[in-house]
Amino acid sequence: MELDVVELSRLQFALTAMYHFLFVPLTLGLSILVAIMETVYVMTNRPIWRQMTKFWGLLFGINFALGVATGITMEFQFGMNWAYYSHYVGDIFGAPLALEGMMAFFLEATFVGLFFFGWDKLSKLAHLAVAWLVAIGSNFSALWILIANGWMQNPVGAEFNPETMRMEMTNFFDVIFNIVGQAKFVHTVSAGYVTASVFVLGVSAWYLLKGRHIELARRSIAVASAFGLASALSVVVLGDESGYSASHTQKMKLAAIEAMWDTHSAPAPFTAIGFPNREARETHYAVEIPWVMGLIGTRSLTEEIPGINELVEEAEVKIRSGLIAYDALMTIRTERDETPADIRAKFEEHSDNLGFALLLKRYVDDPRDATEQQIAQASDDTVPGVAPVFWAFRIMVGLGFTFIAVMLYFFYRASFRGMQFPRWALYGAVAIIPAPWIAAELGWFVSEYGRQPWTVDGVLPTALSASHLSVMDLLITLAGFAAFYSVLFIIEMALMLKYIRKGPFEDVEETDAWTIRHEHRLRTHDGKDPFASDTAEPGSAPSSNTRHPGATPAE
Amino acid sequence: MILSDLMEFETLRVIWWALMGVLLIAFALTDGFDMGVGTLLPFVAKTDVERRIVINTVGPVWEGNQVWFILGGGAIFAAWPPLYAASFSGFYLAMFALLAALILRPVAFKYRSKRESAAWRAGWDRALFVGSSVPALLFGVAVGNVLLGIPFYLTDDLMPMYDGNFAMKFLGLLRPFALLAGVVSLSMLVMHGAAWLSLKAEGPLAARARSIGTYAGMIAAGSYALAGLWLAIGIDGFAIQGEVVRDGPSNPLYSTVIHGGSWLSAYAARPWIAVAPLMGFVGIALAVLGLRAGREVSTLLWSKLAIIGIISSVGLTMFPFILPSTVRPDSSLTVWDASSSHLTLFVMLVAGAIFLPIIMAYTAWVYKVLWGKVTEDDVTEHSY
Repeated sequence: MELDVVELSRLQFALTAMYHFLFVPLTLGLSILVAIMETVYVMTNRPIWRQMTKFWGLLFGINFALGVATGITMEFQFGMNWAYYSHYVGDIFGAPLALEGMMAFFLEATFVGLFFFGWDKLSKLAHLAVAWLVAIGSNFSALWILIANGWMQNPVGAEFNPETMRMEMTNFFDVIFNIVGQAKFVHTVSAGYVTASVFVLGVSAWYLLKGRHIELARRSIAVASAFGLASALSVVVLGDESGYSASHTQKMKLAAIEAMWDTHSAPAPFTAIGFPNREARETHYAVEIPWVMGLIGTRSLTEEIPGINELVEEAEVKIRSGLIAYDALMTIRTERDETPADIRAKFEEHSDNLGFALLLKRYVDDPRDATEQQIAQASDDTVPGVAPVFWAFRIMVGLGFTFIAVMLYFFYRASFRGMQFPRWALYGAVAIIPAPWIAAELGWFVSEYGRQPWTVDGVLPTALSASHLSVMDLLITLAGFAAFYSVLFIIEMALMLKYIRKGPFEDVEETDAWTIRHEHRLRTHDGKDPFASDTAEPGSAPSSNTRHPGATPAE
Repeated sequence: MILSDLMEFETLRVIWWALMGVLLIAFALTDGFDMGVGTLLPFVAKTDVERRIVINTVGPVWEGNQVWFILGGGAIFAAWPPLYAASFSGFYLAMFALLAALILRPVAFKYRSKRESAAWRAGWDRALFVGSSVPALLFGVAVGNVLLGIPFYLTDDLMPMYDGNFAMKFLGLLRPFALLAGVVSLSMLVMHGAAWLSLKAEGPLAARARSIGTYAGMIAAGSYALAGLWLAIGIDGFAIQGEVVRDGPSNPLYSTVIHGGSWLSAYAARPWIAVAPLMGFVGIALAVLGLRAGREVSTLLWSKLAIIGIISSVGLTMFPFILPSTVRPDSSLTVWDASSSHLTLFVMLVAGAIFLPIIMAYTAWVYKVLWGKVTEDDVTEHSY
């Protein structure tokens, strides 16, 4: 990789986006979990649920601050580093970003202050409404961002305007109801819910291992495992939906994920494991599962999924068609209204492939001057890095199924085994805390790296999208972001760990007073409170709460 | 979609030009006082409790306020893509400095009181000061540069290009007139922050804020007057030559622009726009008097009037230009040739007409809940 402005801009975008996405999934999921906990509090009036809300809310707040701050970078960076992209597709791409500000970001940012400052200023119900508005705002945010991203993957509802030299919106509803955007939205927010569930589960497991905050930890596990199980299933189902839509919209990405070099007769097998080799155009040591790929990709036994080699041939045809459009465009640009009708017609006929002609701009200033060899090279460029996408996808899917298993296990123990968790399982829950982040980052990698060489699939090549900047500009900001973000990350982690170690503030007197008042209806059929610590004797619940060693004194 | 034909392209463009101004003004009115307060922090607060009071006057609201800026960026992207592309990449390193400041600020608000250590807190106080004063200054510098014109041009493919190397791009922005515009915006927002503190804080803290705010107001009035004088005698304006096509395609290269004459000739052509600078001066004068007399609510309102007047005076003076080019004036972006398509402007207008009133309603509700002075008792019980 040479250090030119485009590559450095890509690197910077990737780093800042992936960094931003360290905070986003937890915000998406934890906002909902906190709102659920507060709902239970408002419905039962039980103080421990308020303490849970405040504790997880505090961790949410630490994470939220960096999510918001690093999100600003993302919005600015399109204009700063991708000026031609912003000009070329801003007419469509800008709209969901502005809508995100109006519908979502305002909601979450305005109410998050009240969530933390409003406990004494608002009624219980009003505060609960605030908590839900923060959660809804965060999730709406994801909706609009993924509609924008979905359009980059599957640019519908737009066409090229030769007079303004850019893509313009032709149908707003096509843009917002883009199947790729919708599937990605549910897939992504579900991944966020899994992240938060694994986080709450892991931290609670750590408290149980330490014998601290047992009541709070058990209740948290009950909520997190139920919510996490549903979400983990949803991630996989909607991931499958994404795969199905990709077989129609992004055939090359799908072929790269599968390292499928040649078109296989239907139904195609799924390569579980193998070593893709780009030079040889084959996958070594491939372990194939018959039929599965065809079923996932086409939901049929007869439809073929095209392989990479066939798609490269198609790309070459599209480049030649794009060159006709480009040639007509140059005439339209100089003649404007005097353009002969046949040239206009020629342009209309081939304009869908204009983007393919622009792939040649990497090699020649005027695509029409391209040699046969350059056309072949540009066709070959339409293949993304196969091995990285292949492996990233498999690790992500493996982790996705692991989360289902983990959530299922904890849900089962929490619901049917009286909240008894073996120590090995608790250690396991702590150990997998980082896994959902890894899965989420890999998912983005598959989606965005797999879209190369395009910023907007089939419309605008990445090589053309960047701003007119110098390498020095990029080196300065890259170094700045790297240093600044590293420091913030260290501070964030230190604060998170500090507040996790410190644990929730449990107002023991308040909890006891409540428990005494409601003792008569707390006894279950076996006379035990399923959430109480094991040392507690039935009937003596009030005092038992004060016993566990880690209960935090007043702050 | 046929619905979009209900409004003419020309009308939509003017509305979106005005909305861009409304968003910038809303940002300056709300986030402006947080930035003023952050800039005042080291000068008005002497103890940790006082510093916490200062921070808590804006603690629950700064986050929502900042969204006006983010929405402003998003709206420019959606409604004026060529402006977004040319200005954000052209001000590259300045934008980076702004970003760093804007990232520092949220983090400083949230993390400052999470530890007792005095060094930790002092560090975040500095971050708050920098994160507030640098953007307040840079916004003015950017506006000053736009008035002077930017050394950019568009290729035939409409790719924005720049003259000059990277060092010039940041240092080149620090031209004397632009710095003067920076002084206007910084002092204006400090005055605004002082008016806010006077409303939300009590005792010696509020008195110190009022005293500094008085001086800031006088500096704002003086520098604003000086900038006007400079525009009258020392700076060339821009004008579209020949017939002005108001509903043509958004291609800046289709029009011819000359660099020369004066921006202030707009006041001869449209005398009513003199209302804007007048509002600016009257607002500052009454805000300064209010600060001296210790009036609270009315002072904040006068300060808002001043901000509305000053910001709209820039837009009205330049109309229809939004980003003039010095190196190839024909590349200049104007209201008539740098917008989104007819359909996008219409769709976004419908969305804005639905959501902006809702946003204003719930923002007003939040301010109502938080109404009242922030006292020592408040900050010892709550975070930040």
